[in-house]
Amino acid sequence: MAEISSQGGGKNGKVRSKKTSTRIDMTPMVDLAFLLLTFFVMTTTLNKPQTMEITMPEKPKQEDQQPMVNEKRVLTLVLGENDKIYWYLGITDPKVNVTNFSNDGVRKILLRENGQIKDMVVLIKPADESKYKNVVDILDEMNISNIARYALVDITAVDKELIKESNL
Amino acid sequence: MGKVKVNRSSTSIDMTPMVDLAFLLVTFFMLTTKFAPEEPLAVDMPTSVSEIKLPDTDILTISVSKEGIVFFNMDGKYNREELLTKMGEKYGVEFTPQEVHAFSLLSSLGVPVGNLKQFLNLEPEARKMTKQPGIPCDSLNNELADWVIYSRITNPKVRIAIKGDRDAYYPAIKSVLTTLIDKKVNRFNLITNMEKGS
Repeated sequence: MAEISSQGGGKNGKVRSKKTSTRIDMTPMVDLAFLLLTFFVMTTTLNKPQTMEITMPEKPKQEDQQPMVNEKRVLTLVLGENDKIYWYLGITDPKVNVTNFSNDGVRKILLRENGQIKDMVVLIKPADESKYKNVVDILDEMNISNIARYALVDITAVDKELIKESNL
Repeated sequence: MGKVKVNRSSTSIDMTPMVDLAFLLVTFFMLTTKFAPEEPLAVDMPTSVSEIKLPDTDILTISVSKEGIVFFNMDGKYNREELLTKMGEKYGVEFTPQEVHAFSLLSSLGVPVGNLKQFLNLEPEARKMTKQPGIPCDSLNNELADWVIYSRITNPKVRIAIKGDRDAYYPAIKSVLTTLIDKKVNRFNLITNMEKGS
C-alpha cells in the first residue's frame, strides 16, 4: 500500500505535485500493538490473593472470669503430623479417634456432631508437628460446616499424652 | 459473452478500528499493570474457600517461609521511611538519608535491626545474594513486635496480613500469632490462594 508512484516529471514542463497514497500499511503497527497487548494481558495478575479474616480473642487478664462451657459440648481436634486429625468429644476420659482432611473425613464428623450437639464448641489444637496448611484447612472446614464457635488454642501436655496412648 | 464478471473487491481492509481497539487495550493494560517487587523468599500459600480479596494498600505483610524464617513488609514509600526512622530511634541506630531511601525501595525484609545498617549499605545485587536470617520474634528478643507497633503508629489504617508457607510448621506461625496477640492485634488476615476445584 505504501507504494510510491514513480511518475517523474510531467509533460509540457508543467510541475505536477506528486500524489502519493495517503493510506499507509498498518500491518507492522498492528503486529506490535498486539504483541504488547498479549504481553500485558499475560503479565497482569487478575487473581488477587484471597484472604481469610480471623479474629483472635484478647489475652485474658488475671481478674477476668472465663465463661464455663459444658464439656459435653466440646469437640477437640488435634492437628497432628502427616495431615492427621485426632478428635474426641468431651474432656474427661475421652475416646480418641483419628481422621484426615478428605471430604469423608473431618467434614463428615463436623457436620454430624454439629447436628447432634447444640451449641457445639470446637477447640482446634495444632500440634508442633502440624503444618500451617493444616491450620488454614481446618479453619476453612469451620466455614464450610457453618460452625459458629471455634477457637484456635495451644496444645496441652494432656492432649499429647492422650494421642500417644491412643496409638493411632 | 455470457461470461460472469467476478467482482474483485480490494483484499486490503481498513484496519483503523482494529488498531484503535488494540491500542486502547494496550493502554489499559499498561496503566493497570503493576509489577510486583522481587521478594527475597518464595512463599507457597495454602488454599482456602474464602473469597475476601486482599486490599491493595495499607497492608503490612508478615511472611513466614517454609523454614520458619519471618519476613516483614509494609507498603507505602513514605510510611516506610518514617517507620525506619522510628525503629532507628528505638534501637539507637542512626540511619543516613541514603539508607532510609534504600529501605523505602526494598520489599520484604528479614534482617535484625542490628544488621540492618550493614544490609542497607550493600549494593542491590549483593543484597539479593545475602541470605536473610529473618526477624527475631521469640519471647526474649522480639523485634517483630516493635516493627508491628511502629507500623501501626506510622500508618494507623494498616491491616495486618500473614502470608505463611503451606509447609511451614505451626510453631513458627504460632510465635507470630502470639506476638500479634500480645500487642493487642486480634484481627488479621491470612493470605491464601483460591481453592482449585474440589
